[in-house]
Amino acid sequence: MAEILVLAEHTGDDVKKVTLELITLARRFGEPSVVWTGPGAEQAQARCAEYGAAKIYVAADAALDEFVVAPAAALLAQLVAEKSPALVLLAGNAQGKEVAGRLAVKLDSGVLTDAVDLTPGEAGPVAEQSIFGGATIVHSRVTRGTPIVAMRPNAVAPEPSPGAAELSQVSLASEVTGAQVTNRVVAERGERPDLTEASIVVSGGRGTGGAEGFQIIETLADSLNAAVGASRAVTDAGWYPHQFQVGQTGKTVSPQLYMAIGISGAIQHRAGMQTSKTIIAVNKDPEAPIFELADFGVVGDLFKVVPQLLEEIGKRK
Amino acid sequence: MNIVVLVKQVPDTWAERKLNPDGTLDRASVDGLINELDEYAIEEGLQIAEAQRAAGGEAEVTILTMGPEKAAESIRKALSMGADKAVHLLDDGLAGSDALSTSYALAQVLTQTGFDLVICGSESTDARMGVMAAMLAERLDVPQVSLASKVEIDGSAIRIRRVSEDGYFEVESTLPAVVSVVEKINEPRYPSFKGIMAAKKKPVQTLSLADAGIDPALVGLGGAATEVVDHVQRPPRAAGTVVKDEGDGGVKVAEFLAAQKFI
Repeated sequence: MAEILVLAEHTGDDVKKVTLELITLARRFGEPSVVWTGPGAEQAQARCAEYGAAKIYVAADAALDEFVVAPAAALLAQLVAEKSPALVLLAGNAQGKEVAGRLAVKLDSGVLTDAVDLTPGEAGPVAEQSIFGGATIVHSRVTRGTPIVAMRPNAVAPEPSPGAAELSQVSLASEVTGAQVTNRVVAERGERPDLTEASIVVSGGRGTGGAEGFQIIETLADSLNAAVGASRAVTDAGWYPHQFQVGQTGKTVSPQLYMAIGISGAIQHRAGMQTSKTIIAVNKDPEAPIFELADFGVVGDLFKVVPQLLEEIGKRK
Repeated sequence: MNIVVLVKQVPDTWAERKLNPDGTLDRASVDGLINELDEYAIEEGLQIAEAQRAAGGEAEVTILTMGPEKAAESIRKALSMGADKAVHLLDDGLAGSDALSTSYALAQVLTQTGFDLVICGSESTDARMGVMAAMLAERLDVPQVSLASKVEIDGSAIRIRRVSEDGYFEVESTLPAVVSVVEKINEPRYPSFKGIMAAKKKPVQTLSLADAGIDPALVGLGGAATEVVDHVQRPPRAAGTVVKDEGDGGVKVAEFLAAQKFI
């Protein structure tokens, strides 16, 4: 059975959900082998096994932590040469896509990013991508080399299926350097889930009226154990930090539920959330384009609708 | 300091964008403009050059664009913002290039022009792959100093803030290097009247594949390592329910959430 390499994303020994999604997806094509960089693999072994990883290649080289992207790409290229996998899967976040890009150059292989689905085809895996702000659906495939695909988080649901998750140590065959990471600063987001991985995202827009008004978005998000997102109008005005911007020049999210509160839904915003499974919109303008996407919409003042919603959620808990 | 800023002309995101039947981007039927994030790259290049000159050094900003003839409009705008000169890689043989072949073509030109700093936007609004800085760093064998929200040059050292999923990394390397920038790094300037007039006289060098030493077999649709199998317009989402708040809007949302098992 073909081997499929999956580059794990993790915080210490905590495997990110997107990795479990990738392992699940890899099973459609062969036997998943997780590539784990840095510490934590032993503790994460059970979790990877639960979702069907056959193997875990663990690399502890300091360079993987110390230098930007290049060592991870070098490690993957080395494993591709040794194991001849049928496919390499990565998370389609900014860093995952960069690793995918460097790997593609190293292997002279085609790379596809931001896939929302991946299915076996006669001539190799076929990726589905949602482009131009979600207006067009494209199916594409790699025609040269080992297919490298970066998947949008939340593209598939993780499904358990037992695997051996046999650990084996690997290391970089040669020295790799590059740009050096000298410090890591983590922004405060409390206990909230990661924006791109969250099952529920609550986003606020211009309608919140300011940083103070935006707090209601955080409160609603917390009541649903959701991540907070913001439209560009909000981050441009400095009402909420830029890293939470959803849209064309910000993050792309694909949660089970997306709540757009006080967001009109210009194409640039839709580009970041159109593949969400269920969309709820609250906006005072009945003509707002967000209502074209909404499964459920309320035309009204968010400062009346949301407090009432919070009260209802409280009652139902 | 030799600063090269990569500028891509993209279809206006406000227009209805389409693919051609062969899966390539329809660049002809919509207005083209500078990819938004590349404007930040131009501004960053200009600011770095200005700082170098203010410190008594020499600096030159070159715009490098690969694209059809129409892309000359974007080159002109970049020059009117203050860049010194431009290189336009223009050849019918490039049409249909994927990211891998584009990075090869750009790397060939960059090897020819030389550079201390290559700056680009972190992604384009059309393809949105976000791979070009990484691919170029790999091809040119120089440090990748990408996803920068802040850039500092100190002699031959460069330090940036690299945005991460949950904050940022401080990253440093030596020059030459490839930088990509995210929005918010600066406020791109508008071309002044003087800038627009001056841009008309600035040199734009047009290079063909042969001029740049690019193997035609490795670019264009034929050189691409990926292909579009098919593409369709997304069917409009099934019309949802939109209600007017009659004092019970919050309750209605809660009922919807409960029916969908979100609460």
